[in-house]
Amino acid sequence: MLKDMMPHVELFQPADMDNALALMGRFGSDGWALAGGHDSLAWFKDRGKRPSALIDLAGISELLGIRETSDGIEIGAMTTLTEIELHPMIRERFGLLADAARCVASPQIRNSGTIGGNVCQDTRCWYYRLGVGCYRAGGNTCYADTPEAMNREHCLFGADRCVAVTPSDTAPALIALDATMVIRNGQGEREVEAEDFFMSPGVDITRMTVLNPDDLLTTIRIPNIWAGAHFYFEKVADRNTWDFALVSVAAAMKVSGNRIQDARIACGGVECVPKRLVGVERLLKGSLLTEETADAAGAAAIRGAKPLNYNHFKIPLMENLVKRAVRSA
Amino acid sequence: MANELIGKDFTPPDLHGKVTGRARYAEDFRADGMLFCRLLTSPVPHGRVRDIDASEALAMPGVVAILTADEVPEIPAPGNPILTNDPCYVGEPILAVAAVDETTAQDAIEKIKLDLEPLPFTVDPLESLHPDGPNARSDGNTIRPREGVEELKWTVEDFAAAAEGQLPMGEPMVEWSYGDVEAGFADAALILDESFVTAGTSHHSMEPRSAMAYWQGGKCFVFGSSQSQSFVTPGLANYIGIPPEDLVFVAEYCGGGFGSKGGAYPVMSIPAHMAKKTGRPVMMRISRAEENFIGSARAGFQGRIKMGFREDGRLTAVDLYIVQGNGPNSGFGDFNSAAGAVSLVYTPPAMRFRAIPILTNTPACGAQRGPGQNQIATAVEPLIDKAARQLGIDQVEIRKINAPTNDSLYGSRRSSITSAHLREALDKGAEQFDWAAKRARSGRRNGSKVIGVGVGSAFHSAGSSGFDGLVRIAPDGKLHIHTGVGNLGTYSYAGTSRVAAEVLKCRWENCELVRGDSSRALPWNLGQFGSNTSFTMTRTNYVAAMDALQKLKEIAARDLGGRPDDYDVGNETVFARANPSLRLTYAAAARRAIQLGGKYSGEEAPEDIHNMTKAAVRAIAGTGLVGVARDNLGRPGTVPALATGFVQIELDLETGKVEILDYVGVADCGTVLHPQSLATQIKGGAVMGFGMACLERHVYDTQFGLPGTVGFYQTKPPSYLDVPLEMDWGAVDIADPDNPVGAKGIGEPVMGCAAAALLCAISDALGGHYFNRTPVVPDMILNAASGRTQSHRPLQVNTQ
Repeated sequence: MLKDMMPHVELFQPADMDNALALMGRFGSDGWALAGGHDSLAWFKDRGKRPSALIDLAGISELLGIRETSDGIEIGAMTTLTEIELHPMIRERFGLLADAARCVASPQIRNSGTIGGNVCQDTRCWYYRLGVGCYRAGGNTCYADTPEAMNREHCLFGADRCVAVTPSDTAPALIALDATMVIRNGQGEREVEAEDFFMSPGVDITRMTVLNPDDLLTTIRIPNIWAGAHFYFEKVADRNTWDFALVSVAAAMKVSGNRIQDARIACGGVECVPKRLVGVERLLKGSLLTEETADAAGAAAIRGAKPLNYNHFKIPLMENLVKRAVRSA
Repeated sequence: MANELIGKDFTPPDLHGKVTGRARYAEDFRADGMLFCRLLTSPVPHGRVRDIDASEALAMPGVVAILTADEVPEIPAPGNPILTNDPCYVGEPILAVAAVDETTAQDAIEKIKLDLEPLPFTVDPLESLHPDGPNARSDGNTIRPREGVEELKWTVEDFAAAAEGQLPMGEPMVEWSYGDVEAGFADAALILDESFVTAGTSHHSMEPRSAMAYWQGGKCFVFGSSQSQSFVTPGLANYIGIPPEDLVFVAEYCGGGFGSKGGAYPVMSIPAHMAKKTGRPVMMRISRAEENFIGSARAGFQGRIKMGFREDGRLTAVDLYIVQGNGPNSGFGDFNSAAGAVSLVYTPPAMRFRAIPILTNTPACGAQRGPGQNQIATAVEPLIDKAARQLGIDQVEIRKINAPTNDSLYGSRRSSITSAHLREALDKGAEQFDWAAKRARSGRRNGSKVIGVGVGSAFHSAGSSGFDGLVRIAPDGKLHIHTGVGNLGTYSYAGTSRVAAEVLKCRWENCELVRGDSSRALPWNLGQFGSNTSFTMTRTNYVAAMDALQKLKEIAARDLGGRPDDYDVGNETVFARANPSLRLTYAAAARRAIQLGGKYSGEEAPEDIHNMTKAAVRAIAGTGLVGVARDNLGRPGTVPALATGFVQIELDLETGKVEILDYVGVADCGTVLHPQSLATQIKGGAVMGFGMACLERHVYDTQFGLPGTVGFYQTKPPSYLDVPLEMDWGAVDIADPDNPVGAKGIGEPVMGCAAAALLCAISDALGGHYFNRTPVVPDMILNAASGRTQSHRPLQVNTQ
């Protein structure tokens, strides 16, 4: 149960990637890569996660900053959410990501919270966070999916021994922008599409991303494919700051005249991973911008939703947000 | 008499410390050799400690001692225990560990082997009332007043008698009535019979209840987080097991209490017991999560109200039943206060009230800002609107026709009141808000958004009497005002002290407030709770200043000739009215008082003052002119604080989100003492009220008894972005006849009226959809707007 008292832990502050990767390799699953710390420190204070070594990435300069590349931009994983929110190039080309970053938590948290931390953060299922021994914590039950469970904030899709949802506001935006995640470990570097970066419980219930214990997310690349497209981001939470999304939507649309040429759209807060709405995208591609199209998109979005005890409101909410995204174009 | 100080803004003396960080809160104190202690709290909602094996923990380097329930005074059930072997909620303290630092203490707690037998539990009062339902405590599920815990079950027939969604009404614990209730309903043109739920909520004071203690010279020194000062001492001394005169209690600042730190509370004594055991000072810092559990909670209601109305909107009769989710211990009488509020705010000519508190395995309940009055405001005010809608009456008008006047009576005893100006407050608010124009915009659509307006009212009894005042004019002419009320954080300790300066026509800059430490000669005062300070403390400071005034005149007459009545005061001198050159400065008078001794310098004290005040007078005797008196001014009845709020919102039918566009709060608090402070109360109370209406609630899993709302990000108090940046306020500013400066309290109803107004505005925006539940959260609005059924059952509690 919640302790609010951090245990002693060994802290490493590597100054470059090689040292960081060596430490990640050396400690493996006993190590913990530390970015802004907003998720991590809460776990440590509650003694819910007990790594033996913290590897603080704050001193690695190559993980910082936003750079233009030949076909887009790349963002260092340790770039703060505030920097992303305010960056002129991101605002100009990829306003969707700036809008999503602006919706994260509170200004203080965005000032030190990073884009890498935001996409890698753990789920906020309150049972899991309370420290009960659920499947995700290595136990043998899901407390949030019982006949009496309080699961208002839980998933509509993809339940598989876990009904938690992705808490990230920037993740749906990155998927809508067709971003690529660059991952490094001692053996080398690999790239994973943003959509494939997130881990569904059916594959591995104990983690939220594809990162292995010795992996570091170093960079996020956004291609120019969607630069300057029409974007729509909306997050609905109980509070207007310092809150996690009940449902969020991130949409990128290319519109010509009265017709949608192409679209990518993803939702947060409805599945353990950010949910890309491929069916909606297909429907929108080539459709006229009409109320009927918006209605059809909303209906397509919620197809297959399976509500729990307390979250069926997410069905109209998700439907409405997708409709609003289309209407905005 | 034109006031120089009363009704004027000023800078309270503790303000700079708060802004600069120099203010010392409980956890800022340090002492040489200080240990830190941490609590081992219950992981289960109900259990019994069979065995504690701390051998491994005690063997760890840096661990000094553990303290168990067996080593501290046992608090008779159903009082809140200091530590317990019978935990009744998740998070209840079982034992404490002291070590050289907090990490070591927490590490040691992990090594303690606790053999805990899980016991049946409940988080739902109605479930516990079922014949085969579980009890929250091994000895029962309810409390009989003055007798204690017992088991009371309703019958299967009681439950069967209620329709789906209606509150069953079995045997109550409390029942009263006045007037002819049945005749009232027979005369009614409209009868509403509605069941409702109001959520339990954590107090979550910004400053957790940390405390530090040590023993020195036979006395125990406690540095605590407290709303109150003198009032806390006897109770805290009792928890420590010492006479009150052996306790030095320091409480300079308080980071919020909302009722949870109004009186002595048991966990504050833990460092004192640990300090005694270890022989070293002990600091107990309470964490945010711990504060959620041990920091008290507002009781939730499952209720039912039947109201009869005439065609013109006047109530004919009310029948109210409340089942209170009481927490596992004595809790607080919210249900009684709720009934009192209904009797006064709507003045029904006939009323019946029944209630029963039912024990639950949730955090121990206590008074939270408007305990009972504010829950009932959130439940009933929307139903007043429902009646108004059905009768075709304006929402403000139906409140005015039922509003109390100075002649109205309060509660079951039909006691008189000192003053009531809710009608004037409604009129003032309606004008300031421009109700007529805004109401005309009700229902206006802008895309998916719709405008709603609401008005709400609330009450709290707001004043007491019979406490002591103490002032001293020092030989340098400075006026020392000794205030034992405490420093809740509202500045009312300072605002009420200004009455003494007003009476003695003393410049505020020449006054010193003596406070914050029981060793500084503080009088016996009531605590800072129950919206009482403005009324109660203006009286004590008034009577003490009047005593000093009389003594000044007597000294002047003695030295300068004539009779005391020939003299007046001004410019910090006492002078002959007929010949102002015959004068003594306050400094000279103070020096004469020391020479004269006796009552003048506190060598003698009145017989009728409290022993604590007598000790305070002894402590300052011979150091100046002492004014001291018990407040024996008459108080012919209950002192009503009344408030009304007006809200305009825009509600998004597609998201369930509500944006508050405008707020106006108007107070009936008698004469305004300190406008800035009143504005802060009205606006701050409104923010807390908005949280009560739309965000905050206890969430519990019924199968496991586990809490879903622990941290701030889960309990969700409103943020800046959830409330309007600009809010307007006003006051009727009509003097209460039973206070020497006309003042009444106000802190509590300014929350309830805002909560009620917001809920009314939401129902208005939805065209008259009444949720009968607080809080109303976005999913409920969305479900209502899209025609879906709600996720919760009608009378279910602790839901998300």
